[in-house]
Amino acid sequence: MDTHNVVALPVVSRVAVCGGTHGNELSGVYLVRERLKRREDGTEPVSVVTLMSNPRAVQLCVRYVETDLNRCFTRAALSAPVSEDSPYEMIRSRELNALLGPKGSVQAVDLLCDLHNTTANTGLCLITHSDCDWIALHICKHLQREMSSTPVRYVHFDLPLDEAYSLDSVGKHGFAMEVGPQPHGLVRSGIFSAMQEGVQLMLDWIWQFNSGTLFEGGSVDIFTMVKNIDYPRDPQTHMITAAVHPDLQDRDFCLLHPGEPMFLSFSGETLRYRGKEALYPFFINEAAYYEKGVALSLARKRRVEIPSVRSDTQR
Amino acid sequence: MSSRTNISCLQEAKRVAIFGGTHGNEMSGIMLVNMWIQNAAEIERNRLVTKPFISNPRAVEKCTRYINTDLNRAFTPENLSAPDVQGLPYEVQRAKEINQMFGPKGSSDAYDVIFDLHNTTSNMGSTLILESSTDLFNLQMVHYIKKTMTPRTCSVLLNEHPQLKYSTTRSVAKHPIGLEVGPQPQGVLRSNVFESMRTILKHALDFIELFNSGVEFPPCTVEVFKVQERMDYPRDTNGNITAMVHPHLQDCDWEPLNQGDPMFLTFDGRTILYEGASTVYPTFINEAAYYEKQQAFMTTCREILAANAIRKAFK
Repeated sequence: MDTHNVVALPVVSRVAVCGGTHGNELSGVYLVRERLKRREDGTEPVSVVTLMSNPRAVQLCVRYVETDLNRCFTRAALSAPVSEDSPYEMIRSRELNALLGPKGSVQAVDLLCDLHNTTANTGLCLITHSDCDWIALHICKHLQREMSSTPVRYVHFDLPLDEAYSLDSVGKHGFAMEVGPQPHGLVRSGIFSAMQEGVQLMLDWIWQFNSGTLFEGGSVDIFTMVKNIDYPRDPQTHMITAAVHPDLQDRDFCLLHPGEPMFLSFSGETLRYRGKEALYPFFINEAAYYEKGVALSLARKRRVEIPSVRSDTQR
Repeated sequence: MSSRTNISCLQEAKRVAIFGGTHGNEMSGIMLVNMWIQNAAEIERNRLVTKPFISNPRAVEKCTRYINTDLNRAFTPENLSAPDVQGLPYEVQRAKEINQMFGPKGSSDAYDVIFDLHNTTSNMGSTLILESSTDLFNLQMVHYIKKTMTPRTCSVLLNEHPQLKYSTTRSVAKHPIGLEVGPQPQGVLRSNVFESMRTILKHALDFIELFNSGVEFPPCTVEVFKVQERMDYPRDTNGNITAMVHPHLQDCDWEPLNQGDPMFLTFDGRTILYEGASTVYPTFINEAAYYEKQQAFMTTCREILAANAIRKAFK
């Protein structure tokens, strides 16, 4: 082990665990309720704040009331003027930014973990805008090592901090912990357990890190978002004219080659992937993305070397 | 050996409707009906008229189950006879309109057959839902569909329960049939689910065509699952659920549930067992829309129904 290449990082002393950012993604909602009920904050070795991000949407069991809360955290959105007539989620995003941020400042929580579910067969994903957040990448490695029955992957949306739109970008470190497949509006015990285990392992890692443990570097595969693909649609009515092909359905993170089936039209025609580069599909057939014009996303995979890390005890 | 005098002569079934979007987020029926509204060739037959129809267009537009109240519970005598006043819930108004167009319910002017297309998050596969054990036409149709589909399977659910049966959209017709296919998340279209529903409807329309052309269908038996009881989630004093469907029960629709079998798993990891004295066959296990209706699953018992031979009545 090369001790010269250990990166010293500040302790991760303040952690936020958020659920119900989308009010119908119920594993996170129930996990937050359980943590609040059992008053886990304060009894754990790490200081954790647990909160329900969008309580009105949770109460109605909908993704959002007026606008998607998880798109409200860009620099532009956070600095736009708000009044009491602004959409509920815009107002709520300011509250969350004040509580857990402000984004980009020294007062922000050290790590923000935002809990989500998807109807796509993604397993457990840590989703973030950075590909060099060593804390997030080490946590990912830890979960991959310790979680035997759930695939764990690191998904990267290449955005500068100002343009990162999701709640997790408020913390100094942050990621969405996305677990699927689970239909919206219900909780599947296997998915809930996977999320619960993921959160516990994350907190275990943070505690060990804060205690001075050295975590050896290595490599992590990162899936970086390249583009979205929409459904084929009728040019007049804009309604979809095909479904995700049965050969692609549920095959998140299985390499898709040019010429392979993507959609099966209602008239029985197979529509194929026309890109030149083989890419990794994910978020295949996520319910909430129909209105956003996304049938699936495509990613490039690359192996990233991460350094050994240890908490900086000199501060 | 059946006696020639045991043939039931039934009226021709000339007017047939296919309803999609009774729940605005159950996508297979919505897409099928919209497709058939554009091009009805696939559902046309010589001896009957088929009308594809979106029953709850406002809910479909918002991709939500309902706007004010569940349309599929709204066809009560009180609602259907409610005076035309301002402020009626949208679905009550819609129920009255549908009753005018396809009913009136209980009258000789009502449509002969209505197929109501639904999806469920439960792992029910293809399921045909009957409201009467004595509707010979429906029993023979269901028998024909099942036989034609073999080796693919289709379950038959009978809801004749005095307290648990409800006033469905399709109940306006003389012969109401529910078609429920799952698992499919709300707001999602899965190709295999869409195609299964499409195939079953094709067989159903073929049956009606054959019947209307004078074919005699011999006596038959149909195995049905008869609704017995609704089982709710365990809840705390605030009404919040305290447990999830147990992993051993999740996705096991139509499989026997015996006394002592795991039923629920609490959020803190405790198993709750099924205490009923006799074996039951659960269905609608973990249907998202039923959380608010206080239903984790329904129990059924198996029964064999017998149907006389039928033939179209001569004029």
